[in-house]
Amino acid sequence: MKTSGSQFFRSATIGIVVVGLVIFALSGYMQPLFRAAISPLVSAQTWLSSRFMVVYEFVTVPRDIASLRSQNQALKSEVAGLQTQIIELEQQLREAQVLYALLGFARGRPESQYVAAAVIGRDPSPFLHYVIIDHGSDHGLRHGMPVITDQGLVGRIDALTATAARVQLITDPGSTVNVRLQSTRTEAQITGSVTGEIELGLVSQDTTLLPGEIVLTSGLGGGYPADLLVGQVISVRSSGTNLFQSASIQSVVDFGSLQAVLVITNFRPVDISPLIPTNP
Amino acid sequence: MGSLAAFPVLIITLMVQLAIISRLPLLHGTADLMLLVLVAWALQERVRTAWLWTLLGGIMVTLVSGLPFYMPIFGYLIATGIALLLRRQVWQTQLLAMFVTTFSTTLIYHGLSLAVLQITGRGLPIGDSLTLVTLPSALINLMLALPVYTLITDLAHWIYPAEIA
Repeated sequence: MKTSGSQFFRSATIGIVVVGLVIFALSGYMQPLFRAAISPLVSAQTWLSSRFMVVYEFVTVPRDIASLRSQNQALKSEVAGLQTQIIELEQQLREAQVLYALLGFARGRPESQYVAAAVIGRDPSPFLHYVIIDHGSDHGLRHGMPVITDQGLVGRIDALTATAARVQLITDPGSTVNVRLQSTRTEAQITGSVTGEIELGLVSQDTTLLPGEIVLTSGLGGGYPADLLVGQVISVRSSGTNLFQSASIQSVVDFGSLQAVLVITNFRPVDISPLIPTNP
Repeated sequence: MGSLAAFPVLIITLMVQLAIISRLPLLHGTADLMLLVLVAWALQERVRTAWLWTLLGGIMVTLVSGLPFYMPIFGYLIATGIALLLRRQVWQTQLLAMFVTTFSTTLIYHGLSLAVLQITGRGLPIGDSLTLVTLPSALINLMLALPVYTLITDLAHWIYPAEIA
């Protein structure tokens, strides 16, 4: 009986202490004690976690590097592909711009019929100024047809096959074009040269020839249609002892970067050579 | 095999010449890739088809060039003749022969072109043609001589492998 009474007293004491501790804990009085008790545990947990992460990274990171490398390689190849695509699109855009310009020119002159062609090569001989275009007799081109761009006169077809043609540029040493000066309507002649410069000649001394004068085709001789823009006078050479004046012409066409041209297909050159009198 | 190889090699050479080389002038001169290929081919020891290649190359250039039809054929035949002469009799160092042949045949080929163009009525000024076209062309040809010779040598070794005793 005495034992059971002391056990009850002990249990009641423990219960009261526990309830007291709970009440203290809930009321916040036990925080310093808890902090002091938990802090080493947290430190130990942190240490353990950090060591584990080191080991984890040691095991897993090499695999990540490999995957990153492969991803990097894939992205690099994708970037290279996109850059190639950009270059191709820029090239297509440039070609489209050239073709739009030619189309605009053709629409502005509906009286002529045109065939657009791309320049695919240049003559192997540096003494000659010819270009090869990708259209030939199958596309309606014929010998002697004038070739232009939206800027002005380029030359005329010199030879052709079914699918390609050779164009003699007006800068070729063998090229001669009858022209007239826009302001004075004076007839003259331009010839090419081995350096690609265009020389204006056969201008009489009476004519006022000044730099800046616009030069157009005259249509004389039947080789080219009239009023095609050729270029502009840049320097005049006149001497009282010479029969004619001469001048250098700056062509409106940039022959160095010629990409596409128009061939006037409804103009047929006239061969007047049988009409030229020969010496007996 | 050497004869058959002429077609693809010379066609590719002509295409590169028309599309690229002729658009890269130095002053007003441009390289003549066909001349370099034909000369380099003729200088290879085991090659026996140099004249055939020259004829084919000349005909191909004739088809696209504004020069009179006989001029490229005749000019390249002379160049091949000079190359074969140097290969057989004078030079032991083929690379040196390549440079000498390139320079001399460029001058000869351009001299012939000038003469033919003068005869056919194009009055080309000799001085300007020499200083602005021929000499720059010779310089570019000399610059391209080494890579072309190397490529053609590899091609010749591939077509005519050395016989093992």
